[in-house]
Amino acid sequence: MSSIVIDDLHVSVADKEIIQGLSLEFSTGEIHAVMGPNGSGKSTLAKVMAGHPDYQVTRGEILMDGVSILEMEPDERSRRGLFMAFQYPMEIPGVSNANFLRAALQARLPEGEELDAIEFYQRLYQKMDLLDIRREFTGRAVNEGFSGGEKKRNEILQLAMLEPTFAVLDETDSGLDIDALKVVAKGVNTICGPGIGILLITHYQRLLNYIVPDFVHVMSEGRIVRSGGKELALELESKGYDWLKARKPETVGAN
Amino acid sequence: MSTTTDSIAIDRDIGNFFYNVAATRDAGVGLTEQTIDYIVDVKKEPEWLREFRKNAYHVFNSKPLPTHWAGDELKEIDFNVIRYYLASGEAPKRTWEEVPEDIKRTFERLGIPESERKFLAGVEAQFDSEAVYSNVKKAVSDQGVIFMGSTDALKERPDLFRKWFGRVIPTGDNKFSALNSAVFSGGSFIYVPPGVKVKHPLQAYFRINAENFGQFERTLIIADEGSEVMYMEGCTAPKFTTATLHSAVVELVALPGAKIQYITVQNWAPNVFNLVTKRGLAMEEAEIKWIDCNIGSRLTMKYPGVVLKGRKARGEVISIALAGDGQHQDTGAKMIHAADETSSNIVSKSISIGKGRATYRGLVHVPKHLKGCKNNTECDALLINANSRTDTYPAITVRGTGNSTQHEASVSQINAEQIFYMQQRGLSEGQAMSLAVNGFVNDLVSQFPMEYSVELKRLIDLEMEGSVG
Repeated sequence: MSSIVIDDLHVSVADKEIIQGLSLEFSTGEIHAVMGPNGSGKSTLAKVMAGHPDYQVTRGEILMDGVSILEMEPDERSRRGLFMAFQYPMEIPGVSNANFLRAALQARLPEGEELDAIEFYQRLYQKMDLLDIRREFTGRAVNEGFSGGEKKRNEILQLAMLEPTFAVLDETDSGLDIDALKVVAKGVNTICGPGIGILLITHYQRLLNYIVPDFVHVMSEGRIVRSGGKELALELESKGYDWLKARKPETVGAN
Repeated sequence: MSTTTDSIAIDRDIGNFFYNVAATRDAGVGLTEQTIDYIVDVKKEPEWLREFRKNAYHVFNSKPLPTHWAGDELKEIDFNVIRYYLASGEAPKRTWEEVPEDIKRTFERLGIPESERKFLAGVEAQFDSEAVYSNVKKAVSDQGVIFMGSTDALKERPDLFRKWFGRVIPTGDNKFSALNSAVFSGGSFIYVPPGVKVKHPLQAYFRINAENFGQFERTLIIADEGSEVMYMEGCTAPKFTTATLHSAVVELVALPGAKIQYITVQNWAPNVFNLVTKRGLAMEEAEIKWIDCNIGSRLTMKYPGVVLKGRKARGEVISIALAGDGQHQDTGAKMIHAADETSSNIVSKSISIGKGRATYRGLVHVPKHLKGCKNNTECDALLINANSRTDTYPAITVRGTGNSTQHEASVSQINAEQIFYMQQRGLSEGQAMSLAVNGFVNDLVSQFPMEYSVELKRLIDLEMEGSVG
């Protein structure tokens, strides 16, 4: 079993402290949801885990299996098994989806070893079928001219192909209609299992109807103010976020 | 010069190595009328050429350096320390076995004999001033195709050579075409008879091996009526501490209905001044296409052009320029419309890295009396760093009522979020940059023959990975 431990994390962007002492633990085999109102620091959490250069960790730690990842480049974190599905996936003009995935997989192989092209395409087509993605998609440039739903499905496809140990899904449900949401959720559900830990970052409870979390955490003003089981999400749905805002942080361990 | 043969210094770039090869024919340092006499005598050239060369020498001296274009970098060239002619004095060989060992090893390391076996119809390999190897497959020569070094063509086919030599690019076209006309040596000569379609590409490889040296090859390609030919050239030089000069003149003649495709992938060391004049003449319904990839060099000035002389002639320039840190790629295209219903297309993509500078200079000329002419120009620039530089100078003069032109230009920069996105998927910063650059030129590269697109991708990877810590 692998785990990520975030301990007393403080994060600033351009000298403004966004995350103010956040602690969270999660392990493979678990699905955690982090919910919270806009501006609570949810997306900052995802980006700082992935190593975005604009986010400065001023205090605290993020450990993957006991090893700090804070000094690692984003690509090293990725190759160690940390995946982030972007809220706004980037376009890479002229680079086909297939070539991009091949390059990403190739980067994980030891020097001198070549990715097996036939095996790659077999696996790619199998994952695409699962996500209702048509074959011609492989030749299109990464996210270029994609609809919102296509971009999100592409994120899940990359997730499925890269098989990380931990996946952080940053507002993957935003901008999706109900059908696209179901497809994305189906994709995530087929990926879940004992080998992967998932952190779902979402504003709405809606996604959690399709991907059922083991734990729910509520973020407010840069820290986790409440943790609980999946019923916490339903409680939020009916009461809104305001009832939690005034409360002092409580720590409920994930394990 | 020492005679050790194994003094090899390999850097990350493929061409950066050399074996010491002693030249027995050496015109010495600097350029005077005696230099020209030496070249003419050693090559046993006819007297008309001596006169032609000497006239060109005076034209060269009379023209100022075009520093108002590319800038003061040109002043770094010291014409008095350059050697203008270096050769072994031996005729080009027909088999690689006959080529002297060190020269053969050089071309083997550059992969030339291997490519020849795999996919080429003929190869000419030039080492400093002269071709050392020249061979065309029998099936191709049986069709009447002539492919040889221009030194040999002058002797063997003076009729064909003299008819077109200097007709597309006159001596006085610019200072460097005059320099080439004065001291040219080597280069390819191709003649394709009427109706013959050469299936596989013909290739020339230009290798500069000596320091303080100037390579001045002269290439002339004549495609007779309704014929088709594809020619590819590659170039490398080792990285010396002093400047090296490469100043070629390439003339293409496409007679009615003929098609010529000319592909260049250059990978010069960063101290090479690459000042080349390339132009084609397209007669009625003929087609000339330049595909030009400029990687490396200190300064490249090159604007392949097509004179559209016959009705319905077509001209195309596809160019990719990669200006690394400290390099300046001043490239572009010229389209001179001189007949009705002629059309031209220019697509230029440039990439500037670090303090690299890419300049696009285009000239499109359609005079008033012509009808039904079309031009499309598209230039896109990609900047890798905030201090990279790109400039575009399009000069388009389209007159008359029935003619049209379309011009599009764009400048983009690889943004940090794209790099972060790719890094999040496991690619290093260098790999991410390289992928983005390859994506940027992808639509052009896909028009290349497979072997060249692979080579180009590899060169871009090397250049990009070297550009980030």
